[in-house]
Amino acid sequence: MTELSKKRPEFRNINAFKDLTTYRMTAAAWVSILHRVSGLLMCLLLPLVVWLFDMSLTSELSYERFTAAFDSGIGFVPGLLVKLVLLVLIWGYLHHFIAGVRHLYMDMTHSVSKEFGKSSASVTLVLSLGLTVVLGAKLFGLY
Amino acid sequence: MSVNYGSKRVVTGAHYGIRDWLVQRVTATLMALFTVALLAQVILSSGPIGYEVWAGIFAAQWMKFLTFGVILALHWHAWVGVRDIWMDYVKPAAIRLTLHVLTLVWLVGCAGWAYSVLWKL
Repeated sequence: MTELSKKRPEFRNINAFKDLTTYRMTAAAWVSILHRVSGLLMCLLLPLVVWLFDMSLTSELSYERFTAAFDSGIGFVPGLLVKLVLLVLIWGYLHHFIAGVRHLYMDMTHSVSKEFGKSSASVTLVLSLGLTVVLGAKLFGLY
Repeated sequence: MSVNYGSKRVVTGAHYGIRDWLVQRVTATLMALFTVALLAQVILSSGPIGYEVWAGIFAAQWMKFLTFGVILALHWHAWVGVRDIWMDYVKPAAIRLTLHVLTLVWLVGCAGWAYSVLWKL
């Protein structure tokens, strides 16, 4: 065994607070964990999505309630919070979509090299965050 | 009866997740194509996007047909994904089973609601 391999830390029972914080997260690791986070978030927010789908389609009257939700809110929830939750949904969808396409592409072309993993993960993060900013600016009426 | 494949893998007869793996990819492809198709319809529509244009997109019978397929794909996809999360992080069987059942109820409820929205249009 070489000197280098001896010094590498070994993790057995991983402690979420003690060990995970010492991990150096690579771009691919971020894409991976955020894929999970965004998926779970979208699952939790599914009733909101279906409600928005319902309001936007059922009638002209409900459509007005749908558009009003972003200004005057839904019930006791203020419009600003509705917009923020929607921004999270937009990010979640974009990240999950792009990271998912990356998965499918890797499966189809067997692109499993370290370099491709790294570069495609960076592209995923830049694209998803960039598009979130663009669409978020539209959502908050900046243009 | 167990059969050895190669030197390490012992196949004992249970399923090994290949079905879920494939389901996840097939449903993902369907949803991705649907997203592009819906976006195209919104972008290619003429005039400002109001109720008429939006409801018009979903009122076509073929669009309802497609959307229903995608609603099912989405919920199946979510079930496979969320179940994976519980299986990875939640070890006590009682808590895991409870979470599985809650997830199923949650997803079936949302699917039913989405279905009714689509077909009352």
